[in-house]
Amino acid sequence: MIEAVALTIITAATSLLLAALGELVVERSGVLNLGVEGMMVVGAVAAFAAAQATGSPYVGVVSGALAGGTMALVFACLALGLATNQVATGLALTLFGLGVSGLVGESFVGLPGVTLEPLAIPLLSQIPILGPILFNQDLFFYLSIALTVLVALFLFRSRRGLQLRAVGDDPDAAHALGMGVLKIRTLAVLFGGVCAGLAGAQLTLVYTPQWVENITAGRGWIALALVVFASWRPMRLIIGAYLFGAVTIAQFHAQALGVAIPSQMLSALPYLATIVVLVLIASNRRFTMVNTPAALAQPFIPNR
Amino acid sequence: MRLELTPRRQAGPFLNLAAPVLAVGFTAVVGAVLFAALGKPPLAALYAYFIEPLSEVWSLHELALKAAPLILIAVGLSVCFRSNNWNIGAEGQLIVGAIFASALPVLAPNATGPWVLPLMLILAMVGGALWAMIPAVLKNRFGTSEILVSLMLVYVAVLLLDYLVRGPWRNPEGFNFPESRSFGADALLPELISTGAWGGRGNWGIVIAVAAAVFTTIMLTRMLKGFEIKVGGASARAARFAGFDARRTTFFVFLFSGALAGLAGAVEVAGAIGQLRPSISPGYGFTAIIVAFLGRLHPIGIIAAGFLLALSYLGGEAAQISIGLSDRMAQVFQGVLLFSVLASDTLVRYRVKLVVVRAQERVAHD
Repeated sequence: MIEAVALTIITAATSLLLAALGELVVERSGVLNLGVEGMMVVGAVAAFAAAQATGSPYVGVVSGALAGGTMALVFACLALGLATNQVATGLALTLFGLGVSGLVGESFVGLPGVTLEPLAIPLLSQIPILGPILFNQDLFFYLSIALTVLVALFLFRSRRGLQLRAVGDDPDAAHALGMGVLKIRTLAVLFGGVCAGLAGAQLTLVYTPQWVENITAGRGWIALALVVFASWRPMRLIIGAYLFGAVTIAQFHAQALGVAIPSQMLSALPYLATIVVLVLIASNRRFTMVNTPAALAQPFIPNR
Repeated sequence: MRLELTPRRQAGPFLNLAAPVLAVGFTAVVGAVLFAALGKPPLAALYAYFIEPLSEVWSLHELALKAAPLILIAVGLSVCFRSNNWNIGAEGQLIVGAIFASALPVLAPNATGPWVLPLMLILAMVGGALWAMIPAVLKNRFGTSEILVSLMLVYVAVLLLDYLVRGPWRNPEGFNFPESRSFGADALLPELISTGAWGGRGNWGIVIAVAAAVFTTIMLTRMLKGFEIKVGGASARAARFAGFDARRTTFFVFLFSGALAGLAGAVEVAGAIGQLRPSISPGYGFTAIIVAFLGRLHPIGIIAAGFLLALSYLGGEAAQISIGLSDRMAQVFQGVLLFSVLASDTLVRYRVKLVVVRAQERVAHD
């Protein structure tokens, strides 16, 4: 029982963690990309299509990542190249992504998907209880945890990471020091897109191996909230993502157990929890202010 | 090769008008390329999208029906966006407005009289405003992101509506369909021209929408509140020095845009639909964001933009029937349109120069 519940929580949390991790790096560079939902859903449909066509879920993983990256490139051209309003551009990306995925995915509705099978790690997966939960997982789970650790090391233990944070806190000073602000931001945005694409791919290859219209159902937006919840610290994302994964799963289990609450109210839980969490985090000023990128969502135009 | 942006001191009126036209033109070109890629004749497809719906009386009525909620919501949002407050949950405020408006004909189906409809419209505005107040109050009190809170509330509103029409508000004589009872005659918006050669379904919603746009223009240009909103958006510091309270402005613009979105919800359920259903809007609350930007956040521009996007909905339906294009295409179009509107906005605000740097110069530059 514990094992089954833990496994479902992990599956629900992994896509949130991946998407939020990408957005965290983007926001640390001072860019707010509200298009996570759009990049995710395009990644999801691309992964489904490629896995369907080739029969290989790994081709699906790669094309999901590439699709997310391509969407992010559109955002970068506009919000960074043309210094458009980041909030509006991100929204446009989400609307566009939902439209494109609906258009492309129309013929996939009802088709059985290709499932990404778990990879058991030798020896470790033999450990009782923990083994099957943590070491008999699919690629996405390992990737999400490894990437989170790597991003944490990169941001706070490397020179490049320091530069990225500098660009997010004071782009003018960073520019004066000779850093390529727009180049660093572009790379961060592309990384965010690839992560969101992977998160989408996880949905169609692992979570519900099929295509449903608007399959993301607001997960991209919850990922954005998770970044705030984690106060822009990668390791805290893990806690946040698993908390939300647990809320999502708790809702399913409550519905299955026939709790005498309207199902719609249970379905609203993750969204209401997001609001509550945002309030709790924001009301603790000191906790957030230290880590909020100072130049978040401000366009940068290099003066020469 | 890189783009160099130099801020303009002030953009002339020509650029301000030309930019949205350019954006629409660019979207049409992208559309033509997309159609060709899908193997459909591009010109016929564009004709189906943008000309066909204008050629018949009934479709002009449909155009007015779809433009009304878009204009109502976008006018409210433009006030929000101008003051740098990002209400992107208008879809949820529309739904709650529709629920509040429907409370009267659903719970008191025997109520008749000329007061029923006005009361419904007022209830809708109260409902939309209350729903919009949540992100505003949380932003003012705790500093939470109004973007995320207003968006999360869209999902909650959708589920609330779903609960009501499947549960307590379901039509007792409706054979278990997830619908409320149909509204009585006094709870319906009258049609503008119901008979004759020009008659059709179009109702007073569009008149309400245009009136809201005119009122907002007056507020923004002739009233202190409008000045506070504009200054707060252009420069938060200047507004503080002038003694304008940023929190009160936030509260006001959310209330204002929420009320208008709620009104749009009432116009939908008391007009085109006539009852409450699980789905009452094809994403008007989100499309209105595009309308607001295409109209350059100006109420009068928004009227024109509202009709154009209403056309894209109708065109989507027409193209589906006449050349078998997916109606999802309309949504893709709308996304591309917002991209081009934002890009063309850059042309208004900056001089854009493409600079080609040769390898040799690059060395010298470093």
